[in-house]
Amino acid sequence: MTTETGKPSGDSIEATPSAPTPSAPTPSAPTKASNWAAPVSRLEVGAVPTAALNLNVAGRRLAGPVQGFGQLWQKTYRVRLTGADVTPQAVIRTWKEHFGDFWPKGNHFYGPLTSLQPGEVALLDLALPGKMTLSTGVLVIFADDESFAFMTPEGHQFASFITFSSFADDAVPVVQIQALLRASDPLYELSMPIVAQRTEDRFWNDTLQALAAHFGVTGTTVEMQRVCVDRRRQWRYAGNIRQNAAIRTTLHRLTHPKAWFHHRGDA
Amino acid sequence: MTSGATTIEVRRLSPSASTIAIHGDITSGTEPALMDAYVQASDDATRSIVLDFSGLDYMNSGGIGLLVTLLVRVQRQGQHLLAFGLSEHYRQIFELTRLDDAIGIHDTAAAALAAAGA
Repeated sequence: MTTETGKPSGDSIEATPSAPTPSAPTPSAPTKASNWAAPVSRLEVGAVPTAALNLNVAGRRLAGPVQGFGQLWQKTYRVRLTGADVTPQAVIRTWKEHFGDFWPKGNHFYGPLTSLQPGEVALLDLALPGKMTLSTGVLVIFADDESFAFMTPEGHQFASFITFSSFADDAVPVVQIQALLRASDPLYELSMPIVAQRTEDRFWNDTLQALAAHFGVTGTTVEMQRVCVDRRRQWRYAGNIRQNAAIRTTLHRLTHPKAWFHHRGDA
Repeated sequence: MTSGATTIEVRRLSPSASTIAIHGDITSGTEPALMDAYVQASDDATRSIVLDFSGLDYMNSGGIGLLVTLLVRVQRQGQHLLAFGLSEHYRQIFELTRLDDAIGIHDTAAAALAAAGA
């Protein structure tokens, strides 16, 4: 307990993250404004790749866990690159340059051709059960040498922050994905215990396995941890269903079959 | 204070409001200290928790996630979360991440404390 001169007495707690822990990568340098994206009121999308569908991104606001409907989950996926001679910085550099290449087959990430940078918008096609597709996107909100983070737009399955990081643990490079998310609307929330949680877990498990394989590490286990941070549902955000990207993508598919087949043929 | 360290100070302002002053960094590694501070700052009579960011040096995306977790705990107790002392840079990050939808941001300690009813 410390007391500062001339101020009311209070309790002081020291937190000295001297060594990285699996859930606590330490910042390597003071923050720079360029590590963060500038505020945006509505997302803007530049040139759209031929194969991508910009149906649910341009004009949308960002939606984090505060703006979501469902229960709040913190999900952590982690893999150790045992035996790989690579630094955390090199892992993140590769990941930022080839992010979509590590995604499971059938999913598409239309990001920049070079490397992910704060402020960039990427379009996504996510494969859903039943051969459905969800066309949505993400904004890169933060990026430094050891991590980068996305935030999702309205209509995405999850209202979320998701951080991708790498750090050394006992001299072993570790790669981690940590998502803080709520299902965006009641329909998505309904699917959470049935398919969405498992689909999400499988997606990031396969992604980390592919990334590990890129660095020569195969047959490794991805650790997963799922914690319900808030069991309450935020009913004031039930109206988010109006922007449900899965419904809108499906309706677009039904009403524009030619465009859809052309789109899929190029993908 | 050593480089890379975080010091969190709790001050009881009135029976209904407390301030948590953060000096240093906010990352996911700050969670135990910040949650301990919240436990000290909160009791049955507490209605407002005021975060003092005047001494904030660094915050990454993990820190933003940590503030969401704190917000959930505060709201679960029927309390309000307010903040002051944010630099323009971090004020913009609150705007970007839309944390300012749920955390009342104020220019000064006096304004935050007035809003807290302290």
